[in-house]
Amino acid sequence: MIAVWNRIVALIVKELQQLFATKTSIRMLLMPLLLQLAVFPFATTLEVKEASIAILNEDSGAEAVELIQRYHAASAFSDVLYVTDAASLRDALDGQRALLAIRVPPDFSKKVLAGTPVAIQALIDGRRSNAAQIAFSYIRQVTNDYVGERIGFSAPASLVVRNVYNPNLDYKWFVLPSLVAIIATVSCLLVTAMSLAREREEGTYDQLLVTPLTPAYIMLGKAVPGILVSMTQSSIIASAAVFVYGVPFTGAVWLLLTATFAYSLALSGVGLLISSFSTSQQQAFMGMFSYMVPSVILSGYLAPVENMPAFLRFLSAVNPLTHFISMAKGIFLKSYGFSAVAPDLLALLAISSVTLLTAGMAFRWQTRT
Amino acid sequence: MEELAARIDGLSHRYPEQDDGQWALADVALRVREGVITGLAGPDGAGKTTLMRIMAGLLRPTAGKVDVVGLDPVRRAAVLHARVGYMPQKFGLYEDLTVMENLVLYADLRGVVGAERATQFERLLDFTGLRPFMGRLGGNLSGGMKQKLGLACTLVGKPELLLLDEPGVGVDPISRRDLWGMVQSLAEGGMAVVWATAYLDEAERCDALCLMNDGRVIFSGKPEEQRERMRGRCVHVRNIPGNRRHFLRRALGDERVVDGVIQGENVRLVLKEGVGQLDGRLLATAPGAEIVFVEPRLEDAFIDMVGGGPDGRSVLAETMPAVRVGDGVDVDAVISAHELTRKFGDFTAADHVTFNVREGEIFGLLGPNGAGKSTTFRMMCGLLRPTSGEAHVMGIDLKRSAGRARQKLGYMAQKFSLYGNLNVERNLKFFSGIYGLKGQVLEDKMARMLDSFGLDRYRRTVAGELPLGFKQRLALACALMHEPPLLFLDEPTSGVDPVTRREFWMHINALVDKGVTVMVTTHFMDEAEYCDRIALIYRGRMIATGPPDELKRQAADGDLAVPTFEEAFIRLIHRDDMARKSAGGESA
Repeated sequence: MIAVWNRIVALIVKELQQLFATKTSIRMLLMPLLLQLAVFPFATTLEVKEASIAILNEDSGAEAVELIQRYHAASAFSDVLYVTDAASLRDALDGQRALLAIRVPPDFSKKVLAGTPVAIQALIDGRRSNAAQIAFSYIRQVTNDYVGERIGFSAPASLVVRNVYNPNLDYKWFVLPSLVAIIATVSCLLVTAMSLAREREEGTYDQLLVTPLTPAYIMLGKAVPGILVSMTQSSIIASAAVFVYGVPFTGAVWLLLTATFAYSLALSGVGLLISSFSTSQQQAFMGMFSYMVPSVILSGYLAPVENMPAFLRFLSAVNPLTHFISMAKGIFLKSYGFSAVAPDLLALLAISSVTLLTAGMAFRWQTRT
Repeated sequence: MEELAARIDGLSHRYPEQDDGQWALADVALRVREGVITGLAGPDGAGKTTLMRIMAGLLRPTAGKVDVVGLDPVRRAAVLHARVGYMPQKFGLYEDLTVMENLVLYADLRGVVGAERATQFERLLDFTGLRPFMGRLGGNLSGGMKQKLGLACTLVGKPELLLLDEPGVGVDPISRRDLWGMVQSLAEGGMAVVWATAYLDEAERCDALCLMNDGRVIFSGKPEEQRERMRGRCVHVRNIPGNRRHFLRRALGDERVVDGVIQGENVRLVLKEGVGQLDGRLLATAPGAEIVFVEPRLEDAFIDMVGGGPDGRSVLAETMPAVRVGDGVDVDAVISAHELTRKFGDFTAADHVTFNVREGEIFGLLGPNGAGKSTTFRMMCGLLRPTSGEAHVMGIDLKRSAGRARQKLGYMAQKFSLYGNLNVERNLKFFSGIYGLKGQVLEDKMARMLDSFGLDRYRRTVAGELPLGFKQRLALACALMHEPPLLFLDEPTSGVDPVTRREFWMHINALVDKGVTVMVTTHFMDEAEYCDRIALIYRGRMIATGPPDELKRQAADGDLAVPTFEEAFIRLIHRDDMARKSAGGESA
């Protein structure tokens, strides 16, 4: 048993040496990490700041001017585009120079002073519906406030919103824990799927197969470095989230590490399965992408899973990333304890046993033929 | 005065990744005449492909004057491409297109259309004999047919100069002969042809020769000149009493001998210039041996020019302990195949192959590409499962306990399966580690290996950057770290220069002396001659088996009393084809 363990250690050591052998290979590991850490939290912002609105004011009364001043003052709109006719209003939306267009009718001030109801038109760019919707709700807020003040008394009941776990709705709090999961995905797949394909390309795989190592040991020798790398990289991201971006960490460190381990375990099975079907690194790369993209989409990171059809909801439930993101967010923001993550953890362990067993069978089948 | 199709002077080329002082080509001069085949010969890495690519206008040389069909290949590349046919080593055939579709594609690319296209196709299909296979997919052609189709595609548009980069690689000897015949008839028709090759026997047949080594031209002229120079210096030592490998080692240690190889039962030696005969003391060690002067080969001249082969001493022999197969193992069947069969779908790659390998024997599997020798070999080392039949290694059934058997075998593949981005030391450590070596034993063994193979100064060099010869030494060292009694070698020296090949076989001979049993696949006739016994594999079946000289005798007949090994090989294959045809005829 000890003899066997020594051989596996030799495999793992070799794998790690290869990963850190050249400057290029180290860069290969670090670049995605640094790039995503630098770009992701800013690029995938869900907030609407710096949006521009276009305003067509057909009224020259003081009431209209005041309302427009209020729109202008709202922090969400950095840029206000004043246009003079309906055609340019459309152009502004058409050319995506404005997210939202407001048209104040000619009789606005008159009607407000007369106390008769008046309608303001808002045109929303449906192509950018998400951001435009958010911008629209800002506009509505501003308009309602204005209306409330005009009428002179406040509404009998109003809804007060408090965002639990992320009181200021800071999107970084939401993005970074998920980024931990995504980085873990990339690195684990990269190491497990690509390295075996490379061995096959370079002919060293045959050399391994003629040694006393069985396919199961070779798999283990590939899975362990993948798990190690993925755990290290996600720890780096997690620390950066806390110390650089100020995301609160309310759970336990060991729990996050356990969750990462369970997730990497499941993924190493996926990576090995991809590699068992790939004869070249190029194929492995394609395989990696065809797994990763649907996995991210179905994880609930980009779109809520609840709105998906039943079949996709099922896929989402067996998608390891779904469980890991839910655990990562919980441990970061909701001070999840062991009992809270247990269902996801168990699900990941079940998924791991399926992926690893399937990969093992694929390997056995391949070495037989 | 014959026309020159290419004139090259003072050509030097360095790739951006090369260091100062390293040249892919250094001060090369070449003349290519019309109407003859100009051989461009030399081992891998000599600079043949670089030179070809410069002539084809695909690479801008660092310095020098190049004139191809009267044009500057860099500045007039577009005009040049229409007048020069270049067939690279891996010709760009589309495997998913049929033979005809491939031809049409190349005709389109070269702008050959209408009636001209029709007449050229007619001529090319007749010429290459591909007419019956017009509808077959490129991917389903044999190696030889692929090369013929590649040649046909290159010939579309009637080039004035034909550049062929190692067209003989991956092609069985018979197709190689066909291909040679075709190209020769093109040359006779007035075309200028450059044929690059790593096989010196192929180069020997060219009308003009440019012999390269390490980026330099070491000879340019007629191959006969070189052979003449070597006349009277090549001898066969026949009827050697005792072990011919030991005699070879002693001979190589003699200062009068520059080169020596084993040829079946005999030893072939090349004498130093000006030395009339072998040393009496050396001959005294082989009483009764017969010395016969033989026809020189280009390879003899090559080895002589590069300063002779290795001296026959293998430090490895001094440090490797003797191995024994152990008790209970039949010494006559250390490796044994019984009715070994492997099918891939309908295709039978190996068909009831049976043989036994004795302890301390070098056993060769010889055959054209795709004949089934690799399939057989892979089944013997447990990389492939037989469909039926049995493979035993040291009495262990590979189907049942492959793991136990594997601990006893060393394996070295054609591509030297090393980890290219790890250094020498780490490669050695890894391969020892997976065989269970550790601690002091490992350290001692590593020190000895580094020393025996002269790898000490490369300790920290990344394996991928080692010179070819050292790469091969490292691969052998890795395969031997666990002192296996069996050694499996898959095309161990293809693409390696003749000196390195000799050195490799010195080590193998030394290992055999220590009791190691060797099984080797090869398509090199030279290499086959080192074997004690050969199994000739053709179309999945073992069509002949025996010592190389025995196979030569089997092939001999009234027309050809003493065939070379290649001739014997071609004849035996041809006879098998005939036998199958008549058997097929009867049953039909």
